[in-house]
Amino acid sequence: MLYTALQSLSSHWRRRPGQFAMLVLGLALATALWSGVQAINAEARAAYDRAAATLGQDQLARLERADGRPVALETYLALRAQGYLVSPVITGEVRDGDTRLRLLGIDPLTAPPQAQTPALDGDLDLAGFFTDPGILLVSAETAALPLPPGLPPLRIAENIPPNAAITDISTAARLLLRQDPSYLLVAPEQPIGLAPLSDASDLILRAPDSGSDIARLTDSFHLNLTAFGLLSFGVGLFIVHAAIGLAFEQRRATIRTLRALGTPLRTVLLALGLELTLISVLAGAIGIALGYLVAAGLMPGVAGTLRGLYGADVEGVLRFSPEWAVSALIITLAGTAAAAAQAMLRTARMPLLAPAMPRAWAQASGGGIRAQALAALALFALGGGLALLGQGLLAAFGCLACLLVGAALALPALMTGALKLIRPKSAFAEWILADTRQQIPGLSLALMALLLALSANIGVSTMVGSFRATFLGWLDQRLASELYVTAPSADDAARLMQALAPQVDAILPIVSAEVRLFDLPADVFGIADHPTYRDAWPLLSAAPDPWAQLERGDAVLVNEQLSRRENLRVGDMLPLAGGLIIVGVYSDYGNPNGQAIVSLSRFSETFPTIRATRFAIRIAPEEAPALATRLRTEFGLPEEAVTNQAQVKAFSIEVFDQTFLVTGALNVLTLGVAGLALLTSLLTLANLRLPQLAPLWAIGTSRATLAAVEMARSLTLAALTFLLALPTGLALAWILLALVNVEAFGWRLPMRIFPPDWLALFGLALLAAALAALGSTIRLARMAPARLTQVFAQER
Amino acid sequence: MTNPLLDLHDIRKTYPSEAGPLRVLDGVSLSLGAGQTLALTGESGSGKSTLLHLAGGLDQPDSGAVRLGGQDIGTLDDAARAKVRRNRVGLVFQQFNLVPSLTVGSNIALQARLAGRHDPAFAADLAARLGLAAMLTRYPEELSGGQQQRVAIARALAHRPDVILADEPTGNLDEGTGDAVLTLLLELVAETGAALLMVTHSPRLANRLASRLHLSRGVLEG
Repeated sequence: MLYTALQSLSSHWRRRPGQFAMLVLGLALATALWSGVQAINAEARAAYDRAAATLGQDQLARLERADGRPVALETYLALRAQGYLVSPVITGEVRDGDTRLRLLGIDPLTAPPQAQTPALDGDLDLAGFFTDPGILLVSAETAALPLPPGLPPLRIAENIPPNAAITDISTAARLLLRQDPSYLLVAPEQPIGLAPLSDASDLILRAPDSGSDIARLTDSFHLNLTAFGLLSFGVGLFIVHAAIGLAFEQRRATIRTLRALGTPLRTVLLALGLELTLISVLAGAIGIALGYLVAAGLMPGVAGTLRGLYGADVEGVLRFSPEWAVSALIITLAGTAAAAAQAMLRTARMPLLAPAMPRAWAQASGGGIRAQALAALALFALGGGLALLGQGLLAAFGCLACLLVGAALALPALMTGALKLIRPKSAFAEWILADTRQQIPGLSLALMALLLALSANIGVSTMVGSFRATFLGWLDQRLASELYVTAPSADDAARLMQALAPQVDAILPIVSAEVRLFDLPADVFGIADHPTYRDAWPLLSAAPDPWAQLERGDAVLVNEQLSRRENLRVGDMLPLAGGLIIVGVYSDYGNPNGQAIVSLSRFSETFPTIRATRFAIRIAPEEAPALATRLRTEFGLPEEAVTNQAQVKAFSIEVFDQTFLVTGALNVLTLGVAGLALLTSLLTLANLRLPQLAPLWAIGTSRATLAAVEMARSLTLAALTFLLALPTGLALAWILLALVNVEAFGWRLPMRIFPPDWLALFGLALLAAALAALGSTIRLARMAPARLTQVFAQER
Repeated sequence: MTNPLLDLHDIRKTYPSEAGPLRVLDGVSLSLGAGQTLALTGESGSGKSTLLHLAGGLDQPDSGAVRLGGQDIGTLDDAARAKVRRNRVGLVFQQFNLVPSLTVGSNIALQARLAGRHDPAFAADLAARLGLAAMLTRYPEELSGGQQQRVAIARALAHRPDVILADEPTGNLDEGTGDAVLTLLLELVAETGAALLMVTHSPRLANRLASRLHLSRGVLEG
């Protein structure tokens, strides 16, 4: 009996393959977008975990200096002499132009077993590893990348993070021109009888990393992606809901016939459930394949984003994981169940003897619309409260959710209200208005999906546009010098600077050190006292004459991120180099870390071993290309060692655009899905609306006129939706810029608006509505009179 | 009549309405044995269709007994009544109520399959008798009203039910087609030995059945 019931119900899809394709497509798209985003997140997090587990950092404590500077070799030797089981690690980066490689220099002989140093795995040429020129152990992905020249031989090894190499400490020391360890690894078990390690030196004992700094930094990025994935999934479910609702409406009579012929209600429900499960599994499988393609396609962009925004190294390659596929399938089934709940409930409650004529599907009462409007008001109030009083990323996202859900719920009421404002002048216009109001409940879900997609589009593009415009202005300020030069070594840099000094307006050394400030990674830059900085540096707040104070050596400038994160203001002290007074806060977009700027002399005193290998040249702009050529020909610098301002800007903009590539792609996909939702809903209504249209036709309105009205109505509804999406999108942009961005990245951007973009989006929304309505309009215009007269024949 | 296949005893049914409870059936009793045919006539709103629905277990009476093959179905739950309907009742509706997405052949076999007693040879014979043999792979929307009603009759008979309940089976058909369809229905009912209770407006059609009752304001008149 179950099989026969299932066969009878599912025969519906054979007769309506387009509808079946729409349902499967909706489900597959929803699954693809959601699971694609999840795959990307999982892959990136796995990469962070691999990085965090390098050298057992997730299990081993470390000893390091409070200011993040290297540990003196003598301190290490003294601790070993006292019997402590500590092992030195030198870390640093070898750079050459755009290519770079992070080095982890270890001492395999003293490293604790938990560090799982690959050098001791028995398969390695130990003599080669320990002796000059040494061996660099890298992952296969890293070996395939362009790397700085002059490196020792590479060997492929497992479990090495991307863009990193593990080598003997002596090799790292030679390549990085350093002797002192960056930090000391601490064995968990120390010899009995020794004083606690924290008392044995003035070094700080840091507990093992529960999660890496990168994972913490990138959390907000992944949360953003997840929110987008969820939005796309939700919009996809609108299609599924509409398609299932349509199928339910069309099969209402079949279900009643089946029940009249003796099929128990539970068998009908079981058959419907089974049918949906089978469709979900099919659509889920397609969705997983699509999701994998989406994720694999977006992964290089995401890797670029993570590298550009956070300096996180993630391979641009996606691995297939069965767990991911299974969880995607479960999500598809859950989504289908949620989308079908209403239709299933209606089937369960449908009386056996109800009239067989189809009634308008999802026809909400005026009371329902009022209740939705009240819920929307409550959500707006809650969102406002969160914006004003809430703290943290979660409150910011809560505010965002309140805005979007509230706007969606308010849509039917606002639209009905807007239609009531129109005073029709003819009977026909009156009918159009009344008929449109009647259609709103049926179309409201699809229009809500369109509203969400349009708002997200306006909000995100406003954010990205504001970001880009501010970023370009900021680049102009920060990249004031005409040429940037990287020398092979500090000595070469010194020689070059000396030789070039008489020929150019100014030479500005670029020197930096990686430190830890407030127990998080940060960079300290030393800069020369020069108008280049005085005139152009983007200071957000400053003490009087900050540059003079900086030059005196007892002051520091900090970036906005550090200032916001640690609540530092001008006049506060920064625990660097014995304590420096903050005399200015500057904007530093795109940098996840804290940053501080001191004078060149203060830098040299604090970090005596670090010397500049890079420097900027000020010269008349028209002379820059000739000088760049001379640097390459006369001084033998490689092509990539000399970059001009335009190149750096172009590279920065490229990184920036790469950063928002994923957002743009998801934006377009979401809008496409919303268009499909509208199409499905219009198809649903087209079939149910014949009883309303047939009398109009019978009393003398041509099919062509009725069809034109249908098209105009779709366009009007889309236009009204856009009008509401505009303020919603701008509010969304404000939340993203003023709340989410500040919480997630540590900097706030001024909001800019882009009316030409809105016009383009308005056109796109109308196009989507026109395409969605085209099928039913043409069908109505060409409908055989017999089909319309049938409406009267079926009336009882 | 010793063992009636359908026995309705003192059936009462009211529906709620804005003007208070509306009594549709008021102490109706009737019986039908194997091979018997009964026409039920009455004005619109007289309770004919309600009586038919109660007889088929589609609805439940407020009081009184509805016995099908001796079993009181008025007190059964939904699933048990569905089982009785599936196995013992054949329904013919004015609107045909065919499944639009199933072919003619599948529609004819539908209830027999649901009841687990599909007999392909018998279904084929019914289709041939009703002039549907050449249309088995077509869909209902491709058929005329008369053809669709013949499919509905075949479906109602294909599982060899005890009782056929027909609600205005020719109401949607022209006179000639209606007569032809009724002739076929009566022939097949006679051959299968089922009991037939038919609701109709038409005294002319009612007269073609063996007996006739008139329902007026919920009360049967001889």
